Amino acid sequence: MPHRDLTILVIDENAIRASIIEEGLREAGHGNVTVIHEVHGVARIIETLQPDVIVIDIENPNRDMMEHLFQLTRTVGRPIAMFVDRSDTASIEAAVEAGVSAYVIDGLKKERVKPILDMAVSRFNAFSRLQRELADAKSALEERKLVERAKGILMKMRGLSEEEAFTLLRQTAMNEKKKISEIAQSVVTAAGLLIR
Amino acid sequence: MNALTNIDESKARKLSAGDALPAPAIVVGEGSRTVRAGFIPLVDAAVLIAAAEFGFAQKEGITLDLVKDVSWANVRDRLAFRQFDVAHMLSPMPVAAMLGLGSNPSPTITPFSLGRGGNAITLSTRLYAEMQEEGNLVASEGALASAEALAAVIRRAQAAGRPRLTLGVTYPFSSHNYEFRYWLAAGGVDPDRDVKLIVVPPPMTSDALAAGAIDGFCVGAPWNMVASERGVGRIVATKQDIWPSAPEKVIGMRPDWADANPETVSRLIVALEAAARWCDAAENRTALAEVLADQRYVAAPVDILRRVLAGEFTVDPEGNQRVVDDYFVFHAGFANFPRPSQALWIYSQMVRWGQAALSAGGLEASISAYRPDLYRRALGSGAPPAEADIAIEGAMPGDRFMDGHVFDPEHIRDYVDAFPVKATNLPHTSLDDI
Repeated sequence: MPHRDLTILVIDENAIRASIIEEGLREAGHGNVTVIHEVHGVARIIETLQPDVIVIDIENPNRDMMEHLFQLTRTVGRPIAMFVDRSDTASIEAAVEAGVSAYVIDGLKKERVKPILDMAVSRFNAFSRLQRELADAKSALEERKLVERAKGILMKMRGLSEEEAFTLLRQTAMNEKKKISEIAQSVVTAAGLLIR
Repeated sequence: MNALTNIDESKARKLSAGDALPAPAIVVGEGSRTVRAGFIPLVDAAVLIAAAEFGFAQKEGITLDLVKDVSWANVRDRLAFRQFDVAHMLSPMPVAAMLGLGSNPSPTITPFSLGRGGNAITLSTRLYAEMQEEGNLVASEGALASAEALAAVIRRAQAAGRPRLTLGVTYPFSSHNYEFRYWLAAGGVDPDRDVKLIVVPPPMTSDALAAGAIDGFCVGAPWNMVASERGVGRIVATKQDIWPSAPEKVIGMRPDWADANPETVSRLIVALEAAARWCDAAENRTALAEVLADQRYVAAPVDILRRVLAGEFTVDPEGNQRVVDDYFVFHAGFANFPRPSQALWIYSQMVRWGQAALSAGGLEASISAYRPDLYRRALGSGAPPAEADIAIEGAMPGDRFMDGHVFDPEHIRDYVDAFPVKATNLPHTSLDDI
């Protein structure tokens, strides 16, 4: 017997992460996905949508507001926090680690809900990875700039070629078991102190 | 990117000279027991934080691994899903859990209360000015007079067709919800019809008040003081004014965990009791304020925390002061004893406001949430006798409810019926209100 499509509401203040989740859900064949970025007016949206699953960022303090809403309206069927299967410790841990919490309408079959939650978890993780990579890329760029400046200082002060300056930095880093950017930082700092 | 900060007890400070110095953990054959405890950054988590920071847990061979969290729903879920062993919780949360209320009711008990006090009601300065005009308030009136003045302002606003006021609480099953409702109702305001009650996370209350998103709120310390210091709010009532003995926060745990770890539970209670005693001593309050101010804990200005702990209030932007005796009681007067009649009072308020129906099963479930037996097992002769478990509340001088009602746990139906304002026929809540 074919199931009707599940209606999913994603509440996430982070618009980029929300769109990553939305895309994942759509790719998985879920057509009824709604994304909102703030909880203001959420009661009316829930009333209209009648979602089967609500995914919300675990770090959003407005989860307490959702609890209040469920108490007051009782329009959402009977929402259950997090997971249908309490014994599935691994899934629960994965979700909390990733920062996902969710409300699921009571009575939905576990096998229908679990893929959605797994998807949310993997997309939350993908987003964190993306952020980490962005941060790494930024710091790599900073490091390269630093090495360029240190090279320039060495070239000027010791009359080295660019290649020689770089070799010196790299050799020193190896000798001292440090990162080349750390040595470069020392050179830049020392130059700042010495040349005035 | 995780806001849930781990705090290790290895960073715990030592006690200052003169206090009972913590002995190193010598638990022969048992090793150190690590207890993972969730908490929300509020002053009333003080006993738990002090137990970790000042060596009381260590002395009992317990390593308290404190984890800061952002919402009560998270705390509840992470306790239910075994990510926490114990948690700093609102006193109604174990009762709600045992009654099967909320979106994740999972069996939860409390063998230990974290003390009384800390809550207050703050209204916007604009609203308070209207109340002053309406009720000839003199800025030092009692809680009942201010509630009545608010009722007068609301009646006039209704007659003029103005929109309802929006007031914030922290959680549907919170002392704040029941205390705000109690105060409003005592003044003649129906909290379900005359105003809109919404949930606002405590750290956002003063911003929400400043922005005009809410007209008032009831939360724990230090957020009332933060709003009055910022000049956006006027504190109109404290918990002491509404009912001095009202239970505030508790230590919640799963009953299966308590059954499986009886020794740890007892040690934890002993450690918390010693920490609570320490927190109550006036000479320790400065050290306590300094620890609480830390980014890992409440992350609020130390000066405000010190005054909050002393009950020294700046109640309004004009700098009017009020000293509330025993604003925070962490230990004295059996403040840590989980008295089952308090659970029943909480149940009575759930019934009063339509959250739960009154039934024999409900009474039983509520009582089962509070576990004086575990408290007694740990503290022995230091605990109140069993006949004190079900007490008549609010009948003693210094322990009165603001409207003079007395709670007799044997007659909850009569008690609820006697309130003129209650949710007997709750109107349909408009969804645009949330």
